[in-house]
Amino acid sequence: MITVKATQIGATYDVVVVGGGPAGMAAALAAKDAGAARVLIIDREKEAGGILWQCIHAGFGLHYFKEELTGPEYAQRFLEQVLEHDIDVVSDTYVLDIDRNKQVKLMSGAAGVRIISARAAVLAMGARERTRGAIRIPGTRPAGVMTAGLAQKFVNLLGYLPGRRVAILGSGDIGLIMARRLTLEGVEVAGVFEIMPHANGLGRNIVQCLHDFGIPLHLSTTVVHIHGRDRVEKVTVAPVDDRLHPIMDKCWDVPCDTLLLSIGLIPENELSRQIQVRLDPVTGGPVVSSTMETSVDGVFACGNVVHIHDLVDFVTQEALLAGRHAGECVTGKRPPADNIRLVPGENVAYCVPHTISTDREHTVYLRVRRPLERSCLRLGEVYERKLRYVFPAEMITLKVRPAILQKFHGDSLAVHVLPRDGSASPEDLDDAEQPTVWHIPEA
Amino acid sequence: MLYDVVIIGGGVIGCALARELMRYRVHAVLVEKESEVGFGISKANSGIIHGGHHASPTTLKGRLEWDGNQMWDQLCAELGFGFKRIGELTVAVDEAQLATLAKLQQQGADKGVPGLEIWLPERIRHEEPNLSAAVIAALHAPTTAVINPYEACFALAENACRNGLELVTASAVTALTATGDTWTVQTTRGSFHPRFVINAAGLYADRIAELAGVRSFTIHPRKGEEYLLDRRLAGIVKQIIFPCPTPVSKGILVIPTYDGTIMVGPTAESVDDREDLTTSLAGAEAVFAAVEGVVPGISERDCIAEFAGLRAVADSEDFVIGPTAKRGFINVAGIQSPGLTAAPAIARMVCDLLRSEGLPLQLKPDFTASVPKPLHFASLSTAEQIELAAREPRYGHIACRCETVSEGEVVDAIHRGARTLDGIKFRTRAGMGRCQGGFCTARCMELLARELGVPYTAITKRGGGSWIVCRRQDEGEA
Repeated sequence: MITVKATQIGATYDVVVVGGGPAGMAAALAAKDAGAARVLIIDREKEAGGILWQCIHAGFGLHYFKEELTGPEYAQRFLEQVLEHDIDVVSDTYVLDIDRNKQVKLMSGAAGVRIISARAAVLAMGARERTRGAIRIPGTRPAGVMTAGLAQKFVNLLGYLPGRRVAILGSGDIGLIMARRLTLEGVEVAGVFEIMPHANGLGRNIVQCLHDFGIPLHLSTTVVHIHGRDRVEKVTVAPVDDRLHPIMDKCWDVPCDTLLLSIGLIPENELSRQIQVRLDPVTGGPVVSSTMETSVDGVFACGNVVHIHDLVDFVTQEALLAGRHAGECVTGKRPPADNIRLVPGENVAYCVPHTISTDREHTVYLRVRRPLERSCLRLGEVYERKLRYVFPAEMITLKVRPAILQKFHGDSLAVHVLPRDGSASPEDLDDAEQPTVWHIPEA
Repeated sequence: MLYDVVIIGGGVIGCALARELMRYRVHAVLVEKESEVGFGISKANSGIIHGGHHASPTTLKGRLEWDGNQMWDQLCAELGFGFKRIGELTVAVDEAQLATLAKLQQQGADKGVPGLEIWLPERIRHEEPNLSAAVIAALHAPTTAVINPYEACFALAENACRNGLELVTASAVTALTATGDTWTVQTTRGSFHPRFVINAAGLYADRIAELAGVRSFTIHPRKGEEYLLDRRLAGIVKQIIFPCPTPVSKGILVIPTYDGTIMVGPTAESVDDREDLTTSLAGAEAVFAAVEGVVPGISERDCIAEFAGLRAVADSEDFVIGPTAKRGFINVAGIQSPGLTAAPAIARMVCDLLRSEGLPLQLKPDFTASVPKPLHFASLSTAEQIELAAREPRYGHIACRCETVSEGEVVDAIHRGARTLDGIKFRTRAGMGRCQGGFCTARCMELLARELGVPYTAITKRGGGSWIVCRRQDEGEA
């Protein structure tokens, strides 16, 4: 276990990072690198690393490390760097309260209740899974209805199975990963049921976790009833119409003892609410500037607490940015303030960050509301880029360079993803921008 | 072994009676078919101590409602469960309903319920600004309270046990026979031989009466669905909001629960199956449609959990309390709303019945009225938290982060009788918050396994076949 000794928790820090998952670790590293002398990571689990420890499958790090790692390998690489950088990590510690002056009340298993103060804070609390209550599945309330992430913890960390025959509601990535994982453990996976007409996980997971194992994916289908008094005995599923209403006369029963839910993630912003950070109702996370600073001065945020990311690599990228600015903020360096607001337009659910500045390059993340084949991404009147296929489960990355804003004199830019006419030419098909070389602090 | 009394059923009625009986030199056992007390009707209801004015004084339930209401403050002071008199408003949205309000007010006044007042829109807007503008008048009752009903059951049972009650859970009654003055109560976990049998078996009270050969009534389960909302809405109303009642139901309520979260419900639907705890799309639609008309700020988007409970309604629609044709067999049945409110009064009434049926009730000088209050870390001041975490390190670890429940509280709950995840949840709130156990389930299982010395595979949600995890295939069955 990697924990500082109780007596080593200082009373003051330059930067306090709440959450020791991939976002928190990257932010702490970048803050240190940017000049913050004293950096503390607070994590509530027994060891920092976040949800990565239970993600024993491969597929992490392809963008950032340029190699395929498992979750624990990805976490380990960061944890080692964190320790080499002389960053304090206090695990098994829970932030009870935080205020706008960045006073943090925490409770540590080893050190009891402490109050520390910081000059800047980074919120990196991650996300939690949506539960049955959020979608109100009718029926009984037996044991055996659980989120896919809890099942993943049972199998990968505790060494138990969540059941013998499993149905999965929702095609989020954790559910897809668990379909494969449980199949490998000899559990029968009856199928994945998705209410939307399109999958909600990454394409690669649909192929590698479902198709390769012959697990059926039923689109436009949902669970309409859970049966069983003590333990799940079966679920009734039904196709849905255009308005997502179940067509009950076409329903059928799926015998199973377990129903896994993979119906989305919710940013964990209880602490953000305590400091009265302004939240975006679409993302469920803080409204952030191009430096990942929230509406509260000196409080930054990154990772799934801001918006749900597809890949940990993107979390890392965003967290390095947040951490660097948190570190610079305490050394007195501030870039020019943002002067353009980004407004989600046609078929765009949200953009992060919410504002940008015309003096430097920005990476903007956005999600569409509806799938579109052959579309184009338009930034006001200043920029347009062709996209091949977009759907809500895959985040779109947009690089905004100062050059394209030089002739722009307005104060807000709408971001649209629109259908595009005409036939595709080969050069249209390349929409992926080359990832830039990210700044990795040297050990 | 010879007992004075066997109580069948560990709901709030059985627990309240057991605790009342333990004031006296009485040798009693309570048998409960579920894994823990309060796991039947008593855990799934609206958690309200009714103001006292709702039920007509011509009925038994109407008389016991107001008597019971007045007894809860002392019980709470002694036993420390969640209980708060927050008041209620019964709202009228059209002229025709004004007469109902006036009738309720008169009925309350006749029963001696104090403080009932009709509020006009200005006062309503001032006190409850989030109520619909359609509300034209309301009857305010300051005597109405919210309660954590399962906590009340646990505390009553725990206190009864500290005063000598024997509690046998996971034990269903299979046969009842009378020989002379003595009954034989056969259960799935052994037999008991008392002089008196109290039938407090809730939804199964008619079947227990049938086992005794004195079935004189039938229980008709009436289902109620309740929907629990996100903490975001805490405080949207300060008191319980009732619509104008109809002859069959008090209607859909908006309830600021003791813990601060808002709950809406219940529906009222007669069902055949005594285990039918299903929720339905129709139920959700009915609840949220009704609530929208009264508190428009509430929407089903904020629902975090739902559940259903069953009311044990007897044919007469009134409580069935009294001796039967078989000497020593006493019914305490048909306890529907306001049964929770009336429970302490019912307990006292049954003690009187036992006395008049020939059980000598001699006060026990060493009766202890209280139980040590469970600590709630989250509600302590910072100074108290610092002191507690330093003194008892297990209070320094958080098990449930949504509700800030420490491991110390979970361990304490297990030591006080929690045997299941639901038992922990209802005692500590661990698993009741936003993530609905997504994070704390594994931690609570670890603590149950450690404290009870059982494998993970033996841990259940609520007893019986409600297992949580099983062994990997290559490890074989446990």
